[in-house]
Amino acid sequence: METIKLIVFLPLLAALIAGLGNRMIGNVAAKAVTTAALFISCALSWPIFLSFLGGSAEAHVVPVLDFIRSGDLNVQWSLRVDTLTAVMLVVVTSVSSLVHLYSWGYMSEDPSQPRFFAYLSLFTFAMLMLVTADSLVQMFFGWEGVGLASYLLIGFWYHKPSANAAAIKAFVVNRVGDFGFSLGIFGVFLVFGTVSIPAILEAAPGYAGSTIGFLGYRVDTITLLCILLFIGAMGKSAQLGLHTWLPDAMEGPTPVSALIHAATMVTAGVFMVCRLSPLFELSETATTLVTYVGAATALFAATVGTTQTDIKRVIAYSTCSQLGYMFFAAGVGAYGAAMFHLFTHAFFKALLFLGAGSVIHAMHHEQDMRYYGGLRKHIPLTFWAMMAGTLAITGVGVAGVFGFAGFYSKDAIIEAAFASGTESGGVAFAVAVFAALLTSFYSWRLMFLTFFGKPRWSQSEHIQHAAHDAHGHGDHAHGHDDHHHAHAHDDDGTLGYHPHESPLPMLVPLIVLTIGAVFAGYFFHDAFIGAETGGEFWKGSLAFDAHLMHEMHGVPALVKLSATIVMVIGLAIAWLAYIKDTTIPARFTATFSGLYQFLLNKWYWDELYNLIFVRPAMWLGRFLWKKGDEGTIDRFGPHGAAEVVLLSSRAAVRLQSGLISSYAFVMLLGLVGFATWAMTR
Amino acid sequence: MSIASSILLTLPEVILSVSAIVLMLVAAYAGDKATRVVNGVAVAALFAAFLSLGQEGVAFDGLYSADAFANFAKPLIYLAAGVSILLSTRFFATEDRLRAEYSVLILLATVGMGMMVSATNLLTLYVGLELQSLAAYVLASFMRKDQRSAEAGLKYFVLGALASGILLYGISLLYGFSGTTDYHGVAEALANGVNTGELFGIVFVLAGLSFKIAAVPFHMWTPDVYEGAPTPVTAYFGSAPKVAAVALLVRVTIEAMGSAVTSWQQILIFTSLASIILGAFGAIGQTNIKRLLAYSSINNVGFVLVGLAAGTQDGVSATMTYMVIYVLMTLGSFACVLQMRAADGRHVEDIASLAGLSRRQPALAAAIAIFMFSLAGIPPLLGFWAKFVVFDAAVAAGLMPLAVIGIAASTIGAFYYLKIVKIMYFDEPAEAYHPVGSYVESGVIALTALAVSPLGYLAIPMLGAASAAAAKALF
Repeated sequence: METIKLIVFLPLLAALIAGLGNRMIGNVAAKAVTTAALFISCALSWPIFLSFLGGSAEAHVVPVLDFIRSGDLNVQWSLRVDTLTAVMLVVVTSVSSLVHLYSWGYMSEDPSQPRFFAYLSLFTFAMLMLVTADSLVQMFFGWEGVGLASYLLIGFWYHKPSANAAAIKAFVVNRVGDFGFSLGIFGVFLVFGTVSIPAILEAAPGYAGSTIGFLGYRVDTITLLCILLFIGAMGKSAQLGLHTWLPDAMEGPTPVSALIHAATMVTAGVFMVCRLSPLFELSETATTLVTYVGAATALFAATVGTTQTDIKRVIAYSTCSQLGYMFFAAGVGAYGAAMFHLFTHAFFKALLFLGAGSVIHAMHHEQDMRYYGGLRKHIPLTFWAMMAGTLAITGVGVAGVFGFAGFYSKDAIIEAAFASGTESGGVAFAVAVFAALLTSFYSWRLMFLTFFGKPRWSQSEHIQHAAHDAHGHGDHAHGHDDHHHAHAHDDDGTLGYHPHESPLPMLVPLIVLTIGAVFAGYFFHDAFIGAETGGEFWKGSLAFDAHLMHEMHGVPALVKLSATIVMVIGLAIAWLAYIKDTTIPARFTATFSGLYQFLLNKWYWDELYNLIFVRPAMWLGRFLWKKGDEGTIDRFGPHGAAEVVLLSSRAAVRLQSGLISSYAFVMLLGLVGFATWAMTR
Repeated sequence: MSIASSILLTLPEVILSVSAIVLMLVAAYAGDKATRVVNGVAVAALFAAFLSLGQEGVAFDGLYSADAFANFAKPLIYLAAGVSILLSTRFFATEDRLRAEYSVLILLATVGMGMMVSATNLLTLYVGLELQSLAAYVLASFMRKDQRSAEAGLKYFVLGALASGILLYGISLLYGFSGTTDYHGVAEALANGVNTGELFGIVFVLAGLSFKIAAVPFHMWTPDVYEGAPTPVTAYFGSAPKVAAVALLVRVTIEAMGSAVTSWQQILIFTSLASIILGAFGAIGQTNIKRLLAYSSINNVGFVLVGLAAGTQDGVSATMTYMVIYVLMTLGSFACVLQMRAADGRHVEDIASLAGLSRRQPALAAAIAIFMFSLAGIPPLLGFWAKFVVFDAAVAAGLMPLAVIGIAASTIGAFYYLKIVKIMYFDEPAEAYHPVGSYVESGVIALTALAVSPLGYLAIPMLGAASAAAAKALF
């Protein structure tokens, strides 16, 4: 039994036990089984990663089962283990196991915990299936599996209409992307006659420059395939156009946001592009498109992030923006940098989310930052963890000495964009620097609003509610009534409510992830993006461009410093606006109300989609339902038939008069009828 | 062939006749006090008759034939008759009408039915049929002080007499044009071409027999008689005479008219479809469970005729298989109906009184549900197999349209069976039933429910082989 099988299938086994056992085995058993399985998976994953890091391991494929054999189509269940997979393995299992542990605390008062943990483990299994896929079909299996788990977890609190709507939205938007992905897979099979990834990558150069008929046009084969596959990646990774589901997905419990919508699932698109990077490298059009989409997303999400007031939404847009970074890094050919940012981002973004969860937990599910303030004194550990996450995402560090995780990975992307020398790379560079400024601004804004200044939560309905029934032991959905003490005064904006630090199971993951957010960049940047060491590390599992990496390290000093400079500017603006003079934001929004509304409403994407897609679709659906189904099919089909049956039944009953004479008459009539028929036939 | 060996071949009928006469004397002298004893002896006699089955041969110079076919049908008839006797005791005791004649009449009818299935001569056929019918008329009006019962008996008698007349006229036509009443003789005559007289004869005979099996358009008596007759008698009407009449019809059509299949196949197809459809439609409007089961029996006869209309050995085999399963379902259903007693002890027949039965008497509700699902032909219950074999035979014989229409119509039939299930399981409970506490009824329900449950499929190979052997005897 290879360890990789254990790593992949333990979460599935745990999910089955917890999911099927559910109430029968109880909360503790379900939680223990799933969490233990994940920690074992995690413990087994790190040695694999380290062996690839040390260069002692070779890429290999572990066959599991035959999947499909039909004509030319031959798909295997097999687990591919190479550097790329190893990186994803540690990301997925580490974050997942920590999130499992965190959920012990966060979900401790939820009535259906086994279901939650089963979904989490199921998600992890699907994600592991995705990252170990050796064929596109298996990748698609994992792809859909994580989509399903994401749907289930966003809608976990299914009694909330908003959660249901968000779950459906996530599912439907992903369907659009998945349609592109599946078309891509079909196209790949059509062109290459196989869905095995190594075989595709091997055969791909032979098709460079060939064309294929698509929708009546002749288009470049590789470009078409890459774009179709990239559409799938856009859906899963919430890139501009298909991003609308991600902010809404914050309706799910916060650990879910940390695991699925920050660290793992949403990065699947980046992973897929990197996995197929040799294919993408063959089409300049495709990589240019990837660059532009990534850059646009990075910019868009960062701008929107600056105006949001919901703590989770800020981080969600931040995620969206960082995913944009990863994509344009891949677009300019710096796949190593993309994966590196994916790797570090997983740690610091999971940290930020879990930190936010800890804040929310302490604040009675109040998520609006306007009702926070001054929390650093109440929940210091959470504060320091969030601080580490913020330092990491904004990229604080001094070149050659030490930097937080984001310092290495984000700066590498910015430099690579500049170093690529292409037009798209130039645009991406400019956008990236500006987005970095915004990133710094909204990240510090979050920190200042939440942890600094004076408490403002006396206005929060959640807190008012909690303070009100402090001694009533109300058992509202996810209340944590043991955390507060009500006093009858409200002169300090606290309403007498004093937030408490989260319990230990929530703090341990914060601490571990803090370590990751602080050191992940410092320790691993050589391996991931070093010009000399990178090729050795990746061993061909992605298209590693040593030359670009070389160029990257040799960019002008100003470029190197640009990220740090804008970071400081962003910090300064945030400090000015939210610490020094808190009237600035209000004055700013009053002055530029048009721009503010535009950003606050997320560039009106939702409204636009509502107008273009949702309403016509609803209209069509209603038309087919009312006119097509009820008016036509039902009327002439089932209902019509039922009507006929009832009428016939009434006739049959009426025939039964009870009179012997009529009975005899019917008999004789039948006799005469038969005789006539027999005669004339 | 000697008289002695002929009498030996007819031993089952002899046993039943002698028992009937003896029991009549006992009843005459001992009065109604002896009813329970008489019932017990009658059941024993039926059992003895069953044990004496098994011989094969032709008796009385071709008037009577003991063969695999008869030996297949008779145990079923004896079983149904025996159960009808067993079910009667508790019912009539409750209704204060416990009379010793009841089982004597059943025994006499059973002798008639034995003659019917063994008849190989049109005259034996007629005599057997009349013996059975006369007993049945009396049974229908057994609760003679009850208006509905008396009315049922009268209706049955008048219409039955008309049907007998038609049948007898048909027989006389066949005799007149073929010169014989022997089945094989008739068959030989028909083989040389069917003339108008013979055609009329066939049509009249079929019409007369269709009355007995309650096939459309000779079904009109069924709902009224089923409703009016005392429930054990209805259970009996629904089972034993049906088997006998179907077996008789099968033997006549195959042995006597087998050489003129085309003359009667169309009529049977029409009757079959008309019965299925009218049975289904008629049942939907009913509020009385016994009336509903009457339409159900019309509906089922339609399916039985599908098998016979195929006119093949497989068709006959399927028909007989169907009858076995049908008898089980019918006896079980009526045993359940017997359990329906209002709080004051009266027997009720309202379907509405079943509302919410699942919460009052889950076991009874489950049993009724099993019978209803089975009658509707829903797998994995045994009723599905019955329908499957007849349609299979029809398709094999090239009667695809018949099969298609029949299956479509059976979905209409499913509606009223499922409606009962719905009433029992999803409606607000009605007034609770008065407990019956009869081991016999519970036993019958339990055994028949078990038999039509998926467990019954274990007996399919045996049943299939037996009915195939029975069918083989006719070809």
